[in-house]
Amino acid sequence: MTLTQHDIDQEIAAEHAAYEKRVADGAPVEHHPRRDYAPYRSSLLRHPKQPLVAIDVSKDPELVELHSPAFGERDLGAIDNDLTRQHTGEPVGERITVSGRLLDRAGKPVRGQLIEIWQANSAGRYAHQREQHDAPLDPNFTGVGRTITDAEGRYHFTTIQPGPYPWRNHLNAWRPAHIHFSMFGTAFTQRLVTQMYFPADPLFPYDPIIQSVTDDAARQRLVATYDHDLSVPEFSMGYHWDIVLDGPNATWLEEGR
Amino acid sequence: MTKIDTSKPESVLPTPSHTVGPFYGYALPFRGGEEIAPVGHPDTVTVHGYVLDGEGEPLPDAFVELWGADPDGNVPTTDGSIRRDPATGGYLGRNGVEFTGWGRVQTDANGHWYARTLRPGARGRSAPYLSVCVFARGLLVHLFTRIYLPGDETALAADPLLARLDRARRDTLIARDEGHGTYRFDIRLQGEGETVFLEFT
Ligand SMILES: [Fe+3]
Repeated sequence: MTLTQHDIDQEIAAEHAAYEKRVADGAPVEHHPRRDYAPYRSSLLRHPKQPLVAIDVSKDPELVELHSPAFGERDLGAIDNDLTRQHTGEPVGERITVSGRLLDRAGKPVRGQLIEIWQANSAGRYAHQREQHDAPLDPNFTGVGRTITDAEGRYHFTTIQPGPYPWRNHLNAWRPAHIHFSMFGTAFTQRLVTQMYFPADPLFPYDPIIQSVTDDAARQRLVATYDHDLSVPEFSMGYHWDIVLDGPNATWLEEGR
Repeated sequence: MTKIDTSKPESVLPTPSHTVGPFYGYALPFRGGEEIAPVGHPDTVTVHGYVLDGEGEPLPDAFVELWGADPDGNVPTTDGSIRRDPATGGYLGRNGVEFTGWGRVQTDANGHWYARTLRPGARGRSAPYLSVCVFARGLLVHLFTRIYLPGDETALAADPLLARLDRARRDTLIARDEGHGTYRFDIRLQGEGETVFLEFT
């Protein structure tokens, strides 16, 4: 039996309804996806079935996980945050600027930490050998960037608007356009890998990956805001996206939560 | 809403996690990611193993990050894990001298990974361990675990985490000594012998 979009739609709706019921019955808001989210088929065999073992970091300030690896100027190339200048020619597509702040749960800026991004080109194709989508490759676009946050936790990327692309979760599965982000905090416990989306994408309701975030407000936090002040005249469209890292850190401990 | 007003604490809520997907290959792995130990350091250990799914099949598209203290138990504060060449922008890699304590290793087509790092020293009441973060296509939120090295039974018995686990589960966190400073540590995401995964609160 071919798995259709209709089948997946029904599963997504059932997961969403089950979450709403849990919250209505007093369960806490879930900011992150559950790892066992069946509409995303690849999750089925790749999530633990045993409950996670909780470690209360306030009981042991010596934990390695309360520290984070360090990154510095020598870990960056001069144009690593400009994905449009990494080849001899100009990549094809609509230029965009993406900027925002990296924050912790207390709203404090995360300074001097690494942000890495990767994305498909404007035709929706990754420059990766296992990629099977037959949209054109762009010889002037690898789709990879990195930066280190400044004293206010700010980051800034110049890139190309990525295209949506098909994948094989089910028949006619399409991913909404997105940029993959990887972040470090001040503690290894705050590690985050996620995806940033663009406003009002018509593919959102059909995509089991964004829908794996079953909380409506949390899902909205994955969508960047168009920001005219970030648009560069005669050059690019601007998007603003602030990121909040979860997980305890040492500062949080010092202040007694 | 993705412009956050930090003067309103109620608006500061976590950004949800997502899977790393299959196509991070140009972005995240880097040359020398698995060679964390300075060249020729006498306290170098090799750790290696497979990442396996619920049917025991190896994952060819996972990666792990390792993070640990130095042999004296000090947490490194040195950058330079992913040094870049200022002329070409390409990877220079580590300098082979400084110890950053952090590495990133992709599984190969067989689902196998390895890394060489320094034997970690103990901190606090914990037995020495390497902190591990696992990422993969299909994994919507990364998973934390720890690699404890066998040998010092007293330290392992006193470890606050290991002490809370039953024998079979505890053993999933202790690498197997293969001799010559080499240790085997498989990561089973699901099913029989499922690795103990951690959450920090
Ligand atoms: Fe993607």
